[in-house]
Order: sequence, then structure tokens, then C-alpha cells
Amino acid sequence: MQHSNKYIFIYSVVMVVVIAVSLTIVAVTLKPFQDDNIRIEKMQNILASVNVPITEIPKKKVPEVYAGFIKTAIGINNSGEVIERDPAKVFAIELSNELKKPVARQILPVFISVLKTGDSIFVVPLRGKGLWGPVWGYISFKNDFNTVYGVIFDHKGETPGLGAEINQDWFMKPFIGKQIFTADGSLVSIAVVKGGAKPGDLHGVDAISGGTITSKGVQKMLFDNLTNYEAYFKKHMK
Amino acid sequence: MSDPNITREREPIFSAKILKLLKNPFNLENPITVQVLGICSALAVTVQLKPAIVMALSVTIVTAFSNLIISALRNTIPSRIRIIVQLAVVAALVIIVDQLLKAFVYDVSKKLSVFVGLIITNCILMGRLEAFAMGNKPWPSFVDGIGNGLGYGLILVIVAFVRELLGSGKIFGIPVIPRIFYQWGYMDNGLMILPPMALITIGIIIWVQRSRTRELQE
Repeated sequence: MQHSNKYIFIYSVVMVVVIAVSLTIVAVTLKPFQDDNIRIEKMQNILASVNVPITEIPKKKVPEVYAGFIKTAIGINNSGEVIERDPAKVFAIELSNELKKPVARQILPVFISVLKTGDSIFVVPLRGKGLWGPVWGYISFKNDFNTVYGVIFDHKGETPGLGAEINQDWFMKPFIGKQIFTADGSLVSIAVVKGGAKPGDLHGVDAISGGTITSKGVQKMLFDNLTNYEAYFKKHMK
Repeated sequence: MSDPNITREREPIFSAKILKLLKNPFNLENPITVQVLGICSALAVTVQLKPAIVMALSVTIVTAFSNLIISALRNTIPSRIRIIVQLAVVAALVIIVDQLLKAFVYDVSKKLSVFVGLIITNCILMGRLEAFAMGNKPWPSFVDGIGNGLGYGLILVIVAFVRELLGSGKIFGIPVIPRIFYQWGYMDNGLMILPPMALITIGIIIWVQRSRTRELQE
């Protein structure tokens, strides 16, 4: 059947409008559920970085467990001053957005967990680039602001079996106990060493064979993000 | 708005013809093993069973409803822009499915990542729309969509079962291979996790199917 140009034109316009309206309705209705998922995932990540076994916690319980572990959260600026004390506002900060702003206007989140022993653990978010897309994570420090207590990494689309291994335990576990400052107090962060870190290396872990660019991305992410926190850490170091 | 080429008689809802539409894609007209369509996602999402099943269901829903919608509109669609109309309908449905996955099965939707979006370009969909929905009534088209989606899903599930079992020693993420096997020297095959083994697994399925089915032998 041959249709006139006018018919085709009207047909396409109507089709596009109908589709646009239905997609908008779906998107708007589902937005709260999706936001909730993202919020819970963030809580799970922060909890994982303080070594809470998150896979054992049902999704509904996550906010409750989170509230139990993360007592306070603060926002600091580049010179280490606390400029935000409302935990809800700190939680809402998107690090990727902050890093785009000029250094002076960035607000950097620190999440503080208090252990049963009374010691505080400080969680810092990380954001960087892998081979194919963003990599991110959280790293937590003991109250010497030097020794790593726990870490979690994740990625958007690194190569499965290679770069994607950064979110596996064998890669993340070795970070625990490493130190980011040398004895004389300069920030060296933690290197991801190709060919394997030397035994006893306090500032290095094994890289992933075949995942060199992702490994380097993690190393750079750690160094860049920790540099932002250097002033704050040095102020509070014991 | 009825097509003159099709008989006017009312058929029972599940006539032999309709059931054939549902059954054929499982064997004689399987989209993956016979028509070799939709291979890309079959390789990519079959490392574990759970994402494979969600992917299969998503494709089934999209093929069924896009067939239904296109078939219902088939006499109004201007033939000069029919592919665009088909794509727009498919794309809209896929986005809706993707949004639903993100809202209700977030962890699975993260694993499927771009592959849900890529359902839009899955050849099974365009193939069914062009070959079937454009010339048949809505109900048979809907059934045809379900049949093809499930036929695709069947292969996905078989491949995912083999890959998860041999690659990670698990089924649905639960370890099933007894520990003692590992102590005797059994090892999970890391190669099964990588796409090449998915292709080989599909190849083996095609081989078995062809050797058992006379109609498919050339």
C-alpha cells in the first residue's frame, strides 16, 4: 500500500509523541525505586570498605546496618578544614561532580565509623579512570590516618577476567594493612606493582597480569584522591 | 482492517497452527542454532545462569510485545518507513524493560549492563517483525514472539548452565561441585568464563541438534 507524504509525516509525528510520553511516564514512575537502589549500593560499598560482610545483609536491612556502623560523616575542603557537618548532605555528595569543580570549591566527604573497641575508622571515596570507563571505590583508614583498614573497588566496564578483577577479593585484600605515608611523613599512596610487589612492601600491592592499564588507573586514582585529603590527614595524624 | 490474504474464519485460541508457532522455535526454527541470530548476546551474558535467564525473559517480553504492537499496526504502517517504525517500537519497549530491571533487579541489571540496550539491535527481533508480524494477525504474532524469545532463551540457559557449572563450579551462584573433587585435583576451567568457549558450546549444541534432526541435515 502506498501512502502519501502527508500521511507518513503525520504518522511519524504521532508515533514519536506517543513513544516519548509513555517513556516519560515510565521513567518518572520508576525513578524513586532506581534512586533507592543507587543509595543502597553506596551504603553497601561504604560498609564493605570497613570490612562489613555485605553479602550477608538483606537489601532492606542495609540502611539500618549502615546507620549502626557509620556514625558521622563530614565534608572537608582541600586545606583540611571541616566545612559540612550534616551527614545526610555529605552522603548526597557525588565525588565525580566535586572533582570537576575548582579545587577551592570542592567538598570532599569523609565517613566515620566507630568500632566496638572505640577506635574510629575513616572512609574516603575514590574516583578515577580505568581502561574503558570509570573506576571507583572506597578506602578506609585506621585512626593513624596511615594504615589501610579496608578497601573496595568497582568499575563500569573493565575487561572481564583482566581489569574487571579489581573488584575481586584477591586484588582488594592485600591493600589491608598497607600504609600511604612514608616514615618521614610524605604521601606515597599505594602502588599497584606490575610483576608483583616485593614481600614486606608497605606501599605496594600486586597488579593484575593483562590488566596493566586498569591497575595503573587504580594506582593513579588512589594517589590523586588521597592527595586531596593529605592536608586533613596530616592535621589529625597521631 | 483485516488482511484479505488471511482466512476470516475464527480460529480457536490454541489451534494446532498456533501451538506450532510456539513449538517450532525450540527446534526446527531455533533463532540461535538454526537461524544463527542473536549470537552476540548469547556469547556475552551466558557466564552465569541468573543473568542469562533475565536476559531470556527480557528478550521474550520484547519480541512478544513488539510483534503484537507491530502486527496490530501493520495495515497503518507506511511501507516506506516501516523499518523506522519497527525500530522505534522495539527501542521504546527495550528502554521500558531496562528501566524496570534497574528499578527491581538492580544487581542483575548491572551485570547485563549494555546488553539489555543491545536487545534493540538483536536480529531475532527485526527478523520476526519483518517476517511474521507484518503479515499476520496480532494473536499469532504475539505467540510467535513468545516462541522465538523462549527458543532463544532455551539455548541461553543451556549454554549458561554448562559455563557456570564448568567455569565456576556453581549453579545460580551456589557451589555444586563437592569440595573433595577439588582435593582430588579437579579445577574449574577458567576458559569457560571467556566468550570463545560460549561459541564452542553453541557449536556443540548445533552439532547435537543437527545430528538428531533429519530435517536440518543438508
